[in-house]
Amino acid sequence: MMTDMNEADLVPSTTLRELRLGYFDGRTRRVLVVDEEVPYPDGKLIVSRTDPDGIITHANQAFVDMSGYERDELIGENHCILRHPDMPAAAFRDLWDTVSRGSKWQGYVKNLRKDGAHYWVFATAIPNVRDGRVVGYTSVRRKPSRAKVNEYTALYAQMRAEELK
Amino acid sequence: MTLELTVSPDFSPEHIAGWYVFNTWLQRKLGVRIHLELYEDFSAQRQAIAADKVDLIYANPYDAAMLVREKGFVAIAAPQGKADEVVIAVPVDSPAQSVEDLQPGLRLAVTRDPDVNLIGMILLEAADLTRDNTQTQQVSTYVVLARTLLQGKADCGFFLKEAFDDLSAPIRRQLRPVMTSQISLVHHVLLVGPRCAELRETLQTLVLGMAEPGSDGRATLQALGLSGWDRQDQEDTEFMIDLMDTLMV
Repeated sequence: MMTDMNEADLVPSTTLRELRLGYFDGRTRRVLVVDEEVPYPDGKLIVSRTDPDGIITHANQAFVDMSGYERDELIGENHCILRHPDMPAAAFRDLWDTVSRGSKWQGYVKNLRKDGAHYWVFATAIPNVRDGRVVGYTSVRRKPSRAKVNEYTALYAQMRAEELK
Repeated sequence: MTLELTVSPDFSPEHIAGWYVFNTWLQRKLGVRIHLELYEDFSAQRQAIAADKVDLIYANPYDAAMLVREKGFVAIAAPQGKADEVVIAVPVDSPAQSVEDLQPGLRLAVTRDPDVNLIGMILLEAADLTRDNTQTQQVSTYVVLARTLLQGKADCGFFLKEAFDDLSAPIRRQLRPVMTSQISLVHHVLLVGPRCAELRETLQTLVLGMAEPGSDGRATLQALGLSGWDRQDQEDTEFMIDLMDTLMV
């Protein structure tokens, strides 16, 4: 089971939400969410790689810094440790369907930090093909514009509401 | 057989002599004739690559992707501590203080440096600026690019950080970076072509040993403006190419 989030790690806030998030493989996790956005660092790319099952095998320093976790808490963990409950499941289904077909996926993503805050990214994920075989996935995130963040905040809220009906 | 060596045209002009020194050093060490051809621009170099006229190349990451995937080149080394970073600069008196202050209709000055232009456009995405809502003017060199900005013919320019830092102090003082990339993972590489594949290991051993104490390669490194070379294995190169793939449209 993925490690539950801990109150002691949270950024101080008056807007704490607690919920149990279910993942594609049937696992669940207690997540704690505060309504705080951490700005994307200027000039940086957040880079990670996973194995074919979505287990993190590489994280660059920007990834570690923005996630709020230590590197050794991330390596070996499923990438969905970053999944924010405001993200519609359909977005991740589309991501995995696309990269599993061998294609590039791009989209706007709200990521959950260890401290319950979030950060928005424009993400690109591609399969790593070696000798004709997919050996993992590389994901690179860049800074999204504020206009796009606002647009996708509204869209995802609508999609999430539909999913929860 | 004479091998053909070339260098990505974005190399710093002050290191031209250094590449001739490297060529001489390499010929002596390998006992093979090597001809150094420095192309004036990227399109001339690409034509030479397409015509299989290149055996050894110090390539930028954008071209490295094509050389590995389409031409069967193998990267053997990368310059130590020299990642390719991009500076987005404006004239010092520009009202723009950050990328987000730049507006559609922006007059952009760029060189033909493909990876710099790719990363530069990505950095502008935060302001919702794209090729479609900006005007791009292409110039031949980074010095001309600086002059274009100082003459008010463009609002903003993309520089390879190394080239920006190499501008003369009076010119640099009249420009102001509004953003500098900190990607760290994208860098030039030294690649060996399929025609001289049998020399790959020897070449790698030679260049990696250049920085060793007592090596006669140290003076050559200095002439190239490098502190040494890091080993580049196939997976390092594939990773960088995957990264470049995520950045391309």
